[in-house]
Amino acid sequence: MLRGQSTRVPLDWKAAVLPQGQVYVIPSRCKECRFCIDFCPRDVLTLSTETNVRGYRYPVVATGKDVACVHCEFCSLVCPEYAIYTVEVAGAGVTP
Amino acid sequence: MTTLMAERHPSDPLFRADRLPHIWCPGCGIGPAMHAYAQALVESGIPLDRHVCVSGIGCSGRVPGYLNIDSYHTTHGRAIPFAMAVALVRPQLEVAVFSGDGDLFAIGGNHFIHAARRNVDLNVICINNFNYGMTGGQVGPTTPMGARATTAPYGNYEQPFSLPYLAAATGAVFVARWTSLHLRQLKQAILRAMKKRGLTFIEVLAPCPVGFGRPNEIGDAMEEMMLYRERCVVDHGAPLAALDIDLRQRDHPIVLGNFVDIERPVFDPLAMRRPAPEVEDHAPLARKEQEG
Repeated sequence: MLRGQSTRVPLDWKAAVLPQGQVYVIPSRCKECRFCIDFCPRDVLTLSTETNVRGYRYPVVATGKDVACVHCEFCSLVCPEYAIYTVEVAGAGVTP
Repeated sequence: MTTLMAERHPSDPLFRADRLPHIWCPGCGIGPAMHAYAQALVESGIPLDRHVCVSGIGCSGRVPGYLNIDSYHTTHGRAIPFAMAVALVRPQLEVAVFSGDGDLFAIGGNHFIHAARRNVDLNVICINNFNYGMTGGQVGPTTPMGARATTAPYGNYEQPFSLPYLAAATGAVFVARWTSLHLRQLKQAILRAMKKRGLTFIEVLAPCPVGFGRPNEIGDAMEEMMLYRERCVVDHGAPLAALDIDLRQRDHPIVLGNFVDIERPVFDPLAMRRPAPEVEDHAPLARKEQEG
């Protein structure tokens, strides 16, 4: 178990809805710092195989991670270039 | 669902999006800090046309140029006196100084300590990247002991400023330190600073992969961010004298938190000239209203 991870479960855990997010990328702004990829709590993203006009690879959703994004918006916050954001998919949330 | 491509970011209306991508290096920590500030502008509930952002010179001095609010890029080190004049002449405005450690504490060091002593109504946000990034990575007043820089090839042998300690000692009413990784906490600290009257100070530790990382065997910005993740400890009640950052000792934690939150009279240069209020001017009027 990871250090700091808790075994406690919130009281409203059953009623909680885990939102699903859709990732949007603006490839021309990306400078390949990899913050969004490495800090994504769900490991949703990976580097593209193609490059943008400046020669940087940009983030794309990894194979098999199509519905893994939970719309926490940390990629959007941590991106130094304002090149990625997520939008909540209406009605696609799942109960844990 | 796969990745969808977009042309514009939802936060673009807050930026001068036609100037993006910005000039900062890949992985620079100023970008996330500016995003947190931009989101705080919206969440503060204060109309955008009442916000003012002032900066000096340096990489961080570029911030106002990218923000879509009233913003001023002033001469080196003089962001605080400029912002002080704005805050005094137009007290209804919410004035922020967004600048770097070199600009605020080396070239403009005196302005900062006296603005804090007077408790001018300003929000000072200082990006600390531990060196003079724009000019090529020279030793600055915050370069940690032992760190290498262009002008310290054998390691820096100067005691650096502990910025939160300095700000608290000179009289700031709100003092916090966060990093370019602790963005939600940073945004909350900026919101708290916007609510407070008086001089508030927020230090933001930011990776500088080219100026500071390269000579100090920090491979890239990601490595410096990971260093923050591993070594940062949040302790709001930490003793102010123990906030030094020592990069040589790997087990020495970097303490983050909102360290000071006090109340103090705000700078009012005309307070002594004003006649004693209320009693003489309005008392007869109030009596008349009561009688009538």
